[in-house]
Amino acid sequence: MPRWGMVIDLDKCTACQACVIACKAENNVPFSSPQEADKNRVISWMTILPMTEGEYPNLRTRYVPRPCMHCDRPPCVKVCPVGATYKNDEGLVAQVYSQCIGCRYCTNNCPYTVKYFNWFKPEWPKEMEKYLNPDVSIRTKGVVEKCSFCHHRLQKAKDKARAENRPLEPGDYVPACAQTCPTEAISFGDLDDPRSTVAQLIRSPRVFRLLEELGTEPKVYYLAEGEWHG
Amino acid sequence: MDNDQLREHFTADVSPEEISILKPLVSTSRNFFIIVFVLLGILLLGFIAWLLQLKRGLGLTGLNQPVFWGLYITNFVFFIGISHAGTLISAILRLARAEWRRAITRSAEVITVLVLFFGVANIILDLGRPDRMLKVITSGKLRSPLLWDVISISIYMTASAIYLYLPLIPDIALMRDKMKGRRRGFFYRILALNWQSTDKQWHVLEKAIAIMAVVVIPVAISVHTVVSYVFAMTIQPMWHSTIFGPYFVTGAIFSGIAALIIAMYFIRRSYHLQAYLKPVHFNNLGLLLLLMSLLWFYFTFTENLTAFYGADPAHLKVFWTKFTGGYAPYFWTMVLFCFVIPLAVLVNKKTRTVTGTMVASVFVIIGMWLERFTIVLPTLINPRLPYQRGVYHPSWIEFALMAACFATFILLYILFTKFFPIISIWEIKEGKERGIKETEDRIKSYLPEPEAEASGAAANL
Repeated sequence: MPRWGMVIDLDKCTACQACVIACKAENNVPFSSPQEADKNRVISWMTILPMTEGEYPNLRTRYVPRPCMHCDRPPCVKVCPVGATYKNDEGLVAQVYSQCIGCRYCTNNCPYTVKYFNWFKPEWPKEMEKYLNPDVSIRTKGVVEKCSFCHHRLQKAKDKARAENRPLEPGDYVPACAQTCPTEAISFGDLDDPRSTVAQLIRSPRVFRLLEELGTEPKVYYLAEGEWHG
Repeated sequence: MDNDQLREHFTADVSPEEISILKPLVSTSRNFFIIVFVLLGILLLGFIAWLLQLKRGLGLTGLNQPVFWGLYITNFVFFIGISHAGTLISAILRLARAEWRRAITRSAEVITVLVLFFGVANIILDLGRPDRMLKVITSGKLRSPLLWDVISISIYMTASAIYLYLPLIPDIALMRDKMKGRRRGFFYRILALNWQSTDKQWHVLEKAIAIMAVVVIPVAISVHTVVSYVFAMTIQPMWHSTIFGPYFVTGAIFSGIAALIIAMYFIRRSYHLQAYLKPVHFNNLGLLLLLMSLLWFYFTFTENLTAFYGADPAHLKVFWTKFTGGYAPYFWTMVLFCFVIPLAVLVNKKTRTVTGTMVASVFVIIGMWLERFTIVLPTLINPRLPYQRGVYHPSWIEFALMAACFATFILLYILFTKFFPIISIWEIKEGKERGIKETEDRIKSYLPEPEAEASGAAANL
């Protein structure tokens, strides 16, 4: 059984936010009005976090793309009272919109704050509606959503491989953010397959994970910038 | 209404004492209607707010990312806390055979049963999909602390309703027998469960009350412990704390006693029950309140010192938000209201009067609400990763629903006093007939027997 994971090379990342936009378009994430954005209600499954270290004038900011960490020990799953969020056999932390009661306990227990709530019914400008992705269900108001590692793409890739009577190959299943990244900073694949790019990358001495000390075992790895980086 | 007019509502064998307690059931002042009218107005406003929220979504509140919980959850914890007034205090006093309990147990027990509904209501108000709330039962996952809440609150609701009802039976039977009026009679006949005051019935009732008094204590403690677990089981800074169970239970009893004192103050004044709810009751409850205030301060001190001294950066952020940051005004007001003011009022015998304890209680209630608020919010406002820092300004919808919860609680409480005696008639009577003798015997049993004393004295010679 594969264990899907992601490696983000911060040396390659230019913080261009193409991944953020690709994710929104792929996953039917609704637009936010400027008023709602001012209230911190933007839904953005993938977000670029500015992490500033040091004090003025010796500041150093790194930009860290942050999808859902798909933790191997997800704190959000434990606390859900109705099983609307769970970890599947392939290690993906899934969200079942039709089961969610909207209590937002999971959003509060996620140390990475990757979970979003639908404060209103999602809406798009009329012209945008025909560009919605038919593979991704539209959420109702009052439920929690988050990055799914483009789980629907895995379904499609599996169906295609089955139709062609072959096993799933590396590269068949890639989330929208990884596919879009112009500098190829985001790699995606099976962490348990020693031949996969991700399995090789996480052996790098530059590797780290966010809030590793909490024991959540995130499956999103980062490669720190080299020394030249200012 | 003079005495003769009052007597018309009762049969001939009614005693003046029974009339004085049952008076609110037959005579209603104009103020009563004004208050009910105002409360209904607030309820209506809350209802409109609720409909709007149902239609548009929780976006109408001030909640946001990452401040996912706000007033509703604060009120949930607060109301469940108030519910500890009644059942727990009444059960402890009953088991301790504290004779001064007789006049106050009922008014305490009613608070518990009624306020629990508002605790639960606030959870429902907070849900994004209240239409799916039954999923908690049909597909509940036991590993979630929210489910522990569902279970313990359901048990507590059932147990405290039974515990309120059992000691009501003899009084309902008395009203059935001694009050005139068809509609009332029908209602009381059913609720009295054919109570005939036989020895066997008394025996069963006393046994049942004793059993329930024992049962409700662990249930009540478990309820607020589990409420604290909703926060303590997470890995969020200053929520993830081992002290939360006992800290929440202490806070709950603290705010509960305050609520009881306020309720008693108004019952005593509006229904002229000064003869029953005497300064001594307020004095004793005031001392209990003082004790809880000290205990509460001890827990608050320990909790914050641990976070400060440990100096985990994530905890410190929350700590400073409370001490000097945006939530400092709430935090320090809480310390003033929950500790400084009650301490000043309650240590002094001169100010530990009926009015004094009531004033201290009002401060405690506000302070304890702020305590819940400063537990829920500062943690959410400080996510671990460098997001935009959250801000939270509750909307009018949230305030309207909060006001409606308080108004409806008060409304139901005063309606209860119009259908049932708020002071237990039979327990007061029992106190007079049996309590004095029993207490005297009990005190005698603590002391050396007269013969033993005599023989001891002889041996010493």
